[in-house]
Amino acid sequence: MNHFAGIDVGASTTKAVIIDKNREILGHSVKDSGADFKAAAEKAFAEAKKQAKKKAEDEYFVVSTGYGRRNVSFAGDTKTEISCHAKGSFYYFPESHTLIDIGGQDSKIIKVNASGNRTGFKMNRKCAAGTGAFLEEMANRLKIKLEKLNELAEKSEKDVQIGSYCTVFSATEILTKIREGVEVKDLVKGIFHSIIKRAIEMDPLEGNIVMSGGVVAHNPFLVSMFEEKLEKKIFVPPLPQLTGAFGAALFALEEKGG
Amino acid sequence: MSQEKISKIKKIQSTGHLRKIMADYFYELDRAAKEGSPKVAWCSSVGPAELLLSLGFVVHYPENHGAVLGSSRKANDYIPVANAIGYSPDICSYLTSDVGSFIKKETPLSRAYEGIEGVAKPDVLVYNTNQCRDVQDWFNWYSRELGVPAIGIHTYRNIGEIKDEYLHSIVKQTENLIPTLEKISGNKFDVDKFREVLSLSRECTLMWKKVLEANAAIPAPISFFDATIHMGPAVVLRGSPQAVEYYKVLLEELNEKIKNKDGAVENEKFRLYWEGMPIWGKLRDLAEFFIDLRTAVVASTYCNSWIFDSFDPKDPFLSMARAYTEIFIVRDENFKENYIENMVNKYKLDGILFHDAKTCPNNSNNRYGMPERLAKKLKIPSITINGDLNDLRCYSEEQAKTNIEAFIEQLESR
Ligand code: SF4
Repeated sequence: MNHFAGIDVGASTTKAVIIDKNREILGHSVKDSGADFKAAAEKAFAEAKKQAKKKAEDEYFVVSTGYGRRNVSFAGDTKTEISCHAKGSFYYFPESHTLIDIGGQDSKIIKVNASGNRTGFKMNRKCAAGTGAFLEEMANRLKIKLEKLNELAEKSEKDVQIGSYCTVFSATEILTKIREGVEVKDLVKGIFHSIIKRAIEMDPLEGNIVMSGGVVAHNPFLVSMFEEKLEKKIFVPPLPQLTGAFGAALFALEEKGG
Repeated sequence: MSQEKISKIKKIQSTGHLRKIMADYFYELDRAAKEGSPKVAWCSSVGPAELLLSLGFVVHYPENHGAVLGSSRKANDYIPVANAIGYSPDICSYLTSDVGSFIKKETPLSRAYEGIEGVAKPDVLVYNTNQCRDVQDWFNWYSRELGVPAIGIHTYRNIGEIKDEYLHSIVKQTENLIPTLEKISGNKFDVDKFREVLSLSRECTLMWKKVLEANAAIPAPISFFDATIHMGPAVVLRGSPQAVEYYKVLLEELNEKIKNKDGAVENEKFRLYWEGMPIWGKLRDLAEFFIDLRTAVVASTYCNSWIFDSFDPKDPFLSMARAYTEIFIVRDENFKENYIENMVNKYKLDGILFHDAKTCPNNSNNRYGMPERLAKKLKIPSITINGDLNDLRCYSEEQAKTNIEAFIEQLESR
């Protein structure tokens, strides 16, 4: 077996990563998970294979992870997204650290020690607060495209506070602020702040900090804001949205790569 | 024909015996309610049951009915009914499911036991607020609804050391219940009878304790999930010879399992503590899930909460006051932490699972930093899962299972 793949079937997107024996990424892709996790996993895998320019008869050992990990029929093993994120993150940042992963439907804080073992984790899935789903809902309210959030927030020079914990309350708060004439760019920055606050509430963020996930991949300004808040540098792996899938591929390699 | 799924949960042979004594108990209650004699008392689960039994009452425990509603997965049919009359979805879901089922005039007991149409109506409601305020509000609802008195003991909570003045107050309050109870039962209080019941209750407690301690063996012979079912007699039949007899039978079976190294979980790899309420509607599902993870949930605060070893027939009032004040739920964080530490050592545990039950803050001990303090002190990891005793709207299957699975992966990688 020469090729190893990780498929991370998240609640909103499905990610695939193919690596070789040297842990080199040969191909990757991100697809919407939609309502058919199995199909999404197949699609993401097919595209990653295409990118990797591998022949159809090549064999892969696949580890699946994420919300829909059990829907990946071609996976040889499954691991939780917690373990895979820790694995992926430690590869790029091989020191003890705290990983903050902000995904589409959840946020996770994972503690990794200097040997790469997990020492603890927390996962928030109780509500959308602090996740990609929250951003989507707010963008929807403000009638702006998700891709525009980052550049809008960057332009803001104000500090608007969105205080509510709950997504519905936050939406009401935003309506009030619109009525008061607050500018959209300032609101977006306030929304970013709110995501940061939710993460800070989950765990004391001590030591080295790494951030991953789709929200981070698409909104680098959020990371800058976070750095300012924590007064330290935050490390972001090269393909932040693929951290879990990459970690799963590393597990696949460990299991079958000798 | 549908094929029944073969469960991975190993059978406990004594279960037949358990079913029989539980059925006898429910039929006895039903008969008493129908015939009007003996009188029926409802009692909170760690209320002064022994006093009631000594006065000739047959005793119904609404929390047991709450657990029946939960484990039969009926609770969520009834909780909204109570919500609608103003009892919040945030308060005890035993209360809301029980009250809802009463309003709808339905109970899973009538499906389980032919001829039983409803829960035995009370002649008196007796609580002890040692566990929470909800029992009082719960019983007061019935008191208003049915026009029967709700009386109780108001006790101390979040206490460290148990002071004499606490106990004296509880003794006094217990004694003050007697005239009302005498009047309702039609029986005169007899201290020797009280001593006798207390002595049987003590025997039951000691046997139940032995059953739980059997799990110090590796592999553990009984899972937490089974233990919550086999705990039934320790709750509703304490003070009776049947309960004592039952635990002798069960203990013998467990000892046999220990001898044969027949663990509840095949190839047991990890051993956990369960802190908090069971998730009644998911007992079986979680039991199987843990079997797949080769993880034994060995010990729990919950099952140990019906151990009252201070009962002393020589000093019935004071010792009963002590026994019902000593229990975990009444105590402060320091006591609780030491208690769990002892459990971790005694049962050789690898980790602690905290169940944060949305509607029972009283049994959710993760909320004031305890998991973090214990992890530091005991150097073993813990995990918190969000759920509820009865309200499955508060439980995300996927979230809970991913958390547990990730936790086991963490233990594996150590
Ligand atoms: S201790 Fe919790 S579950 Fe038990 S009656 Fe009180 S609130 Fe309900």
